[in-house]
Amino acid sequence: MNRISSFNIVSLTLGFAFLYIPMIILVIYSFNESKLVTVWAGFSTKWYGELLRNESFLAAAWVTLKVAFFSSTLATILGTMAAYVMVRRGRFAGRTLFSGMIYAPLVMPEVITGLSLLLLFIAIGLDRGVLTIVLAHTTFAMCYVSVVVSSRLVSFDQSLEEAALDLGSTPFEAFRLVTIPIVAPAVLSGWLLAFTLSLDDLIIASFTSGPSATTLPMKVWSSVRLGVSPEINALSTIFIGIVTVGVLIASVVSKRAISRRQAEELAAES
Amino acid sequence: MKRLFTVIPYAWLIVLFLVPFAIVFKISLSDYAVSIPPYAPTLDIAGGWQAVKDFLGELDFENYVFLTEDALYWKAYLSSLKIAAISTVLTLLVGYPIAYGMARAPEAWRPTLMMLVILPFWTSFLIRVYAWIGILATEGLLNQFLLWIGIIDAPLGLLNTPTAVYIGIVYTYLPFMILPIYAALDRLDPSLLEAAEDLGCSRTTAFWTVTVPLSRPGVIAGCFLVFIPAVGEVVIPSLLGGSDTLMIGKILWEEFFSNRDWPVASAVATILLLILVVPIVLFQRQQQAAREAEQ
Repeated sequence: MNRISSFNIVSLTLGFAFLYIPMIILVIYSFNESKLVTVWAGFSTKWYGELLRNESFLAAAWVTLKVAFFSSTLATILGTMAAYVMVRRGRFAGRTLFSGMIYAPLVMPEVITGLSLLLLFIAIGLDRGVLTIVLAHTTFAMCYVSVVVSSRLVSFDQSLEEAALDLGSTPFEAFRLVTIPIVAPAVLSGWLLAFTLSLDDLIIASFTSGPSATTLPMKVWSSVRLGVSPEINALSTIFIGIVTVGVLIASVVSKRAISRRQAEELAAES
Repeated sequence: MKRLFTVIPYAWLIVLFLVPFAIVFKISLSDYAVSIPPYAPTLDIAGGWQAVKDFLGELDFENYVFLTEDALYWKAYLSSLKIAAISTVLTLLVGYPIAYGMARAPEAWRPTLMMLVILPFWTSFLIRVYAWIGILATEGLLNQFLLWIGIIDAPLGLLNTPTAVYIGIVYTYLPFMILPIYAALDRLDPSLLEAAEDLGCSRTTAFWTVTVPLSRPGVIAGCFLVFIPAVGEVVIPSLLGGSDTLMIGKILWEEFFSNRDWPVASAVATILLLILVVPIVLFQRQQQAAREAEQ
């Protein structure tokens, strides 16, 4: 398939221009002197200063990071278990319902998930705050983790686990010593995905949080509804910067892992 | 150990995914009340069997009748489905050539191209929608640019129109369309295309008779991943759409947060879920079939 035509080059160029130009504009205008986001009035970093002095933003950022850390960690544990079950445990009673509950949250409109979780928390009398957002985020993020991890589990050689069992390890040891190391990169990327999904979520957090917990997207939402503001541009630029660095590091790490694996396979063959 | 691994996530999803839907349905049958929580009746288990019977007796389908009587709601459902369907087709038209270009690109470029598609997906959704406000506004950058090159004489009113909503959906959901199509095209055996060309197909015929049919699973997955969440979209119609852009997700949001009418919001959610059950089940079947084909 690698005979790239001029049509392919044009569609790639236009496609990536469409994806990136809006974000580049956002970044450029975060350095604008003027309060008006569409008029360029010279270079300035004052909006970053304003942002760092805005304590309600900083408090919201701290809540968001806490929620993202706990929910992504819980989601990774539960999602990895679910992936293991989906791939390794053939047919069992209730499997269809199980896989349905794994795939449905991936596409379920967030308003439905958010409303239903809120009504659950009220029905069982749980006070709304950081805990309820963590529970809500864990629920939808674990499904993403399970999809990422199960695609890795599907592709690895099951005879490695069987060999460990034949050599006398218990199923739990085989899981800990063979399966976990092999799926570790997928588990890590599942955790990162869950973390970002939680950082990014507005709708579900708005439904499930109480007055004591405002996340950063909720804060951004209430200010964006009043129109564009250079402070939000500055915040977006910081976010885009962190994500870019994170994705670059992840791609370098995974490239190293792939070449190391290839080297090991070559060594094993010779 | 397999049993333990099944029971824990299974129980979690039942309690936090399935049971909540039952509660939504129950509350959709209640009445609005000025109390905390703002609906009546509430079930008092301590009252025993009689309390349960009284409670069930007070539930009714009044809110659903209300939804059918007020044209706002069914118009909003129809217009959400229409907007989601048109946006899905537009996303496919924009996304397919990009995925195809990626699959034909030299091996060495592919990881970078892949990363460039994923990067916006990791960046905040809200930020990416927000970016378009400054571009589409009347004094915005797109109008400034078009006036400058002389295509238009007066600024276009783009923000707060359905066009802006389409642009927003295509822009934010594009990676969900590109990735599954690219995955399908990447698995395609190049010798099939060579065979088609050896047998006398032109490059275009080979594309339509070999590449397109074999990329179908990716196209279907991509369309589901865009269409289903787009139907319930809230952020995009609220920020980019006008007051005349009806979308059901936005109405549910307002019913809940502004009117505080939880029973009506629950009824709106129940109907939305019923509408989406068919595409969700089809999506899940397709994913399972794809997984089994892989194994």
